[in-house]
Amino acid sequence: MAPLVGEVAEAENEVVPSFSTGSSKRRRRVRWWRGVVLVLAGAFFLIPVYAGVKFSLQNNEHHFSFQAYESLASAPGFTAALTLSLKIALVTMVVSTLLMVPTAIYVHVRLPRLRRLLDVVTVLPIVIPPIVLIVGVLGVYPLWAKSSPYLLSFMYVILAMPFVYRSLDAGIGAIDLKTLTEASRSLGGSWSKTMWRVILPNIRPALLSATVLTLALVFGEFTMAQLDIWQTIPVWIAQFSVSSDGPIQVAASMIGLLGTWVLLLLVVSIDRSESRRNRKKLRSS
Amino acid sequence: MSHSEVTASDPGTLIPGSDAVTHHRISRPRRLFRRIAPALGIAPFIIYSFLGLGIPAIAVTYYAFQKETGGWTFSNIHFMLTGEKHVFLTGFENSIKLGLLSAVIPGILGVFIAYAIQTSNSNILRRLTATAAGVLANFGGINLTFMFVATLSSTGILTYWLADIGIKLSSIGFNLYTFSGVLVVYMYFQLPLMVLVVTPALGGLRASWREAAENMGASSWQYWLRVGIPVLLPSILGGMLLLFGSAFAAYATAETLTLGLISLSPIQIGNYLNGNVIAGQTHVGYAIAFGMLVILSITMILYSLVRRRASKWLR
Amino acid sequence: MALKKIKTALLAGATVASLVAVGITANSIAASGATSVNWAKVTHLTKTGSTSMAALVTAAKKEGTLNVVALPSNWANYGNIIKGFQKKYGIKINSENPEGSSAEEIQALTSDKGRSSDPDVIDVGTSYAVTAKTQGLLAPYKVSTWSEIPAGLKQAGGYWFDDYGGYVAIGCNTKTVKVCPTSLKAMLTEKGPTYKIGLNNSPLTSNSALAAVEAAAVVNGGSLNNVAPGVKFFATLNKNGAFVNTIASATTALSGATNVIIWWDYLQSNGGIKVPGWKVVLPSDVLLGEYYTQGINSGAPNPAAARLWEEYLYSVTGQNLWLAGGARPAELAFMQAHGTANKTLVAKLPILPAGQTPLFPTTAQISAAATVVNTSWAAQVGK
Repeated sequence: MAPLVGEVAEAENEVVPSFSTGSSKRRRRVRWWRGVVLVLAGAFFLIPVYAGVKFSLQNNEHHFSFQAYESLASAPGFTAALTLSLKIALVTMVVSTLLMVPTAIYVHVRLPRLRRLLDVVTVLPIVIPPIVLIVGVLGVYPLWAKSSPYLLSFMYVILAMPFVYRSLDAGIGAIDLKTLTEASRSLGGSWSKTMWRVILPNIRPALLSATVLTLALVFGEFTMAQLDIWQTIPVWIAQFSVSSDGPIQVAASMIGLLGTWVLLLLVVSIDRSESRRNRKKLRSS
Repeated sequence: MSHSEVTASDPGTLIPGSDAVTHHRISRPRRLFRRIAPALGIAPFIIYSFLGLGIPAIAVTYYAFQKETGGWTFSNIHFMLTGEKHVFLTGFENSIKLGLLSAVIPGILGVFIAYAIQTSNSNILRRLTATAAGVLANFGGINLTFMFVATLSSTGILTYWLADIGIKLSSIGFNLYTFSGVLVVYMYFQLPLMVLVVTPALGGLRASWREAAENMGASSWQYWLRVGIPVLLPSILGGMLLLFGSAFAAYATAETLTLGLISLSPIQIGNYLNGNVIAGQTHVGYAIAFGMLVILSITMILYSLVRRRASKWLR
Repeated sequence: MALKKIKTALLAGATVASLVAVGITANSIAASGATSVNWAKVTHLTKTGSTSMAALVTAAKKEGTLNVVALPSNWANYGNIIKGFQKKYGIKINSENPEGSSAEEIQALTSDKGRSSDPDVIDVGTSYAVTAKTQGLLAPYKVSTWSEIPAGLKQAGGYWFDDYGGYVAIGCNTKTVKVCPTSLKAMLTEKGPTYKIGLNNSPLTSNSALAAVEAAAVVNGGSLNNVAPGVKFFATLNKNGAFVNTIASATTALSGATNVIIWWDYLQSNGGIKVPGWKVVLPSDVLLGEYYTQGINSGAPNPAAARLWEEYLYSVTGQNLWLAGGARPAELAFMQAHGTANKTLVAKLPILPAGQTPLFPTTAQISAAATVVNTSWAAQVGK
């Protein structure tokens, strides 16, 4: 089972010489059909973005202008919101990893029978709508919790659980964890060394997917942040919705969308170059 | 390696006589502890889930049965079920309809899109779409609404383009502010969500299986029917459940897009708990939230039944 | 001998102890003398003494900060009011959640309690102030100009008091619409796509949108107590294709999605909607107004600053700043009678239509209207 942004997927799609006739025709047919799907999907997602960008690139006299983006650069509260979102994202990712990785591994190694239970529990965040969750939380949580923005981190770990667990589960399932663990242990490795040197590097792609999805969630989640009254980036962007300047509002949302995407691409690229470096190191050693 | 570790994690490996020895030496309570000790490993997870999921759910349920001034009552639930011209029941009905349609249509389309992406040879495309899917799956609210107002409203650019090539959206009966309009907007985050969920499973469909099937003379259709879909089905069903939950519970997008013109449960909760005009009736909001919990629990039960049936059929 | 030594020692010790105790007490008296006023309990200022205006200013400056919530800078000129206050007293204002709703403000009073951003003052729809008072969230305070606020615009005990208000108005893009509607009834006759009429938000949840429905009820054969005809009004508009069900704002006005917006006059005029050619008139067939309400958090982290803020708002400066935002301040009648209202600003206010008595719905009427709209809007207008 290949994770979301792994290189394992590459191997799956290598062109394997085929000995049966007609398969080249089939492959050509698939390619044509694939193109249509991608073009249609691309159009569906890109046209609204184009509409938004087009609207934001004007001033109030309907003339082409960058004024919206210029004023955005000096918009009050943007840096504060960005810092807040980054802090919350960092805490969410750390807590999520610390909580879910050992749990997922532990269940695979020691308690395979409990995988069913875990499947159910990690689907619950979808069963319980975020609006219901935040309303319940705000109703009963103690004051010291509600006074901290990291309450959002706490809840985002929950919201991200289905995706993080699925990702880790797939990644762990793809590597023969039991054999690896036994091999490492029989060679005299302690649990922590096994975890650090053997297991984690092998589930790295899955871990990366999970991190990326968590990051996307934190930078896109609006409802809970707004009801908990914290000015994260999505809330800050939405605050412009009653601005007297239309293009600025839309420019803010475009920046949010594209900015988050760029952030995710950066994270993925850094990981790719690092893993490439590690592989080079291993090869040369 | 201590004796206890051998017994607990490696039942297959026997050190002669060890079982007999440990049984006599270890007292009963210790044995019991040893039995449940492994389960303690997931204790942090269970505790965290209880705090983050269990407590809010319990709180909502509790408040649903409380009067504004304190004290137990069924009146909130009663009001939710019968009051106000059944507007809350309509809300549930619309939300369920929206959830189902928003689960099935983007669900099926999402599989095709994910497959199209997976089978491409471009790594860059896959990386771009994977990250884009992550961002779009979490996109919504006023930002998304305005993008579609600028695209598909009566003054939207796509409306004009389509009119230029002879397709008048208004004569087809499409209106962005109706149910079908909401479905189209929901696709914007439901499709990426499905792609995110299904892609790992698609990666598991090894090319070697396809080759083997072809070598045995199977047509494309047969391959999919016998190999492809059965392997993918658990993921697809799981994805559709996620999509249902996501659409059923969507709040910010629904609110800014419908502005109350379509009764939807999450918005009704927001109106009672967070709006600007109805003050002091928060417990009605909790009652609606409780209703949503009930519906979703039923959904989960139905889902697990379908899953079990499907896996039996696949054997 | 030893006994004597012990006695001396004890005496010395006792003396030292009592001296220290006296010293500490004296010190604390001296210290608390400067802060002996618990500003959270002060209900009105006195001309002189420890609760005078001067003392308030000192105490507020010492606190150094003021937390406000849900005050957009382009709403009734709050941007300049905040700037003016900061400049005059050197007190920093933390403006939290500018686009928040009244409900969020009330919620902030409770859930923000532990945070340094706990709001000191609130500006909400009147029904929310009423609820907040019953929940014990407000502290009573009567500003120095209390007598200038009309009796119908304040709570007798000083727990809340109206600040500014406006009327439901029709904004129209004169550049793209040939004949702008000057009354609500006129909107019913034209069919889309001539008019693309929008409300600023959902009337199920927004005070201003609900007011628009109430106004429509009055012209459509209903009244403030019978809002169903107002819902029917919008149902007709929607059927005619003249109603655009989206959040009408500067954005939709500029993009052309809405060329007519029904909203508070002070939010649309004075550059509220920065679209060239946007004209705001009060409908000739109904004049419906509402005031928003001020309140002080009973658990305010900066009680002196909170009270100073209220004094500022209800001073001539503050009231005229609201006037500059196109809103009608609570003390306007008094100020006009005594010549302290800025005449140019008063002249800029939208002209009151002749022959219309202003209608001000009570909180009970608003509440009832909210219920009617919440239950029938989707069924009637959504058809």
